[in-house]
Amino acid sequence: MTDTATPLYNPQDLMRAQVRWRMLETVFWVSALLPFFVAETYLVLCTQIAIAALFALSLDLLVGYSGIVSLGHAVYFGIGAYTAGLLAKYGWGEPLSGLLLAGLVAMLFGYLISFIMVRITHFALIMVTIGLCLLFEEFGNQAHDITGGHDGLQGVRMWRLFGTFRWDLYGFTAYAYSLVVVFLCFLVIRRIINSPFGLSLRGMRENARRMPAIGAPSKQRLQIVYTISATFAGIAGGLLAQTTQFVALDALSFQRSAEVLVMLVLGGAGRLYGGIIGSIIFLVARDQLASNNPQYWYFWLGLLLILVIIFLPNGILGGIAHLLSRRKKS
Amino acid sequence: MSTSVLSTRNLQKKFGQLVVARDISIDLPKGARYALIGPNGAGKTTLINLLTGMLAPDGGQVFLDEADITTLPPSERVKRGLVRTFQINTLFPNISPLEAVTLVVCERKGEAGTWWRGLPGYGASIEEAYETLKSIGLGDHVDRPTRQLAYGQQRLLEIALALATKPHVLLLDEPAAGVPKGESQELFTAIAGLSSDISILFIEHDMDVVFRFASRIIVMVSGGILVEGAPAEISADKRVHEVYLGSAHHA
Repeated sequence: MTDTATPLYNPQDLMRAQVRWRMLETVFWVSALLPFFVAETYLVLCTQIAIAALFALSLDLLVGYSGIVSLGHAVYFGIGAYTAGLLAKYGWGEPLSGLLLAGLVAMLFGYLISFIMVRITHFALIMVTIGLCLLFEEFGNQAHDITGGHDGLQGVRMWRLFGTFRWDLYGFTAYAYSLVVVFLCFLVIRRIINSPFGLSLRGMRENARRMPAIGAPSKQRLQIVYTISATFAGIAGGLLAQTTQFVALDALSFQRSAEVLVMLVLGGAGRLYGGIIGSIIFLVARDQLASNNPQYWYFWLGLLLILVIIFLPNGILGGIAHLLSRRKKS
Repeated sequence: MSTSVLSTRNLQKKFGQLVVARDISIDLPKGARYALIGPNGAGKTTLINLLTGMLAPDGGQVFLDEADITTLPPSERVKRGLVRTFQINTLFPNISPLEAVTLVVCERKGEAGTWWRGLPGYGASIEEAYETLKSIGLGDHVDRPTRQLAYGQQRLLEIALALATKPHVLLLDEPAAGVPKGESQELFTAIAGLSSDISILFIEHDMDVVFRFASRIIVMVSGGILVEGAPAEISADKRVHEVYLGSAHHA
């Protein structure tokens, strides 16, 4: 046994070390600026990645941090997209306020739907989230006069960003705008995760049964995180509508719900950067594979997913972390 | 009844046809060290579930500090100082003991709903969590994921989580379950050393431990209370020998 007279560590330092900003994070976010200089033709793809990353981050709050699965998260993504799209179509093309409203409307829906979500768990929860997603998708399809149905929402006209920057063909403005919004949202989500509230989310993930026995109002916490998650999903959807000036019905689709979950699981759920890495891998792979042989893309995705789940159950980031910790020990 | 911190009146619970709580009335006075014993399936854990609100009774009432808490949800009872531990480790496997106990302290202080301030801003709560872990002998094991702790250490953490809520009534469901006999004495010495402001009801199968640490013993059989009394009375009681001590010898 070690000498207990001298403390081995300062508990506050331990906690600080858990949440401190790492050098690698700075490297990551600075390198997100590289496409401006070296990959101009890929700016559109980079914008899509940034948006998908925010969407995956919002889902991570539920799946990775709170331990609740959702296969219908596109509901909030779609609501955000249609809110931003409809605003711009009917005369209010100011991007920032439009995006804020997209988030707020998704937040409202998230809050209302959370009353159902906290009453069910596991398998039932998966089924209900799928059901909700199908419901909203069909509503979007039927409400052709409002949403454009399967033809998509046409006629979205965005005003210049800050009244100055044009939405150029290469997507400079779109990527810069998306990157800044995603980074700011990331900072907020990072703070949430590292707060006492975030710790209580992990508590629910780790052991929902213990939570009431330590005096935690689990249902209330779940409703809050569900609402927060929906808000960020809505902002991601709003970004897509604004930067593409179009909303396709698939913004609400079950497929999009499933894809974002796949991205998150590939990268590693509950690891903050898992969803980001996952969306990079997913969208870059799709871009490369689909350009050669579009019909085979799902084959490779399926294979990748199976391999990752079997060999890296904590996702690609989880696998890397495991390797690093083994190296350190030996 | 005026001295009781925790009491029940005619608690009833059935699972289908099976009666798991039969007319249970108990009174736990301030500072009590009560043992709850009985053969497997007697309804001891069910009683703890009923007391903490994890099960709703079919009939009867539960009082905490003379207030009727029968319909209060579990987390509210914890806030009023009625706290339990679990027979089977009910911990947070992938977070560290320090984080887990800090979470409990933050819940107690009403800080755990805050999402806009980082954890390092809660130095007092972190220090308190560390002190709690140290006081129960886990001061050297605060930083690893809980799942990597030895079994005995996990049993201690089970209690540390309850203590961090600052309970005044503590219900311990076989705190030494699975712990070797020699170590269970140590564990109970730590429990006996807790402040007398905390009233304790514990379930335990080891009769040496029960007779050594309990000031009073409640014996349950098939959902009902057979007899309640001081250790000397219980060990002299014929019925107890027949249904419990006796059958244990036969087995």
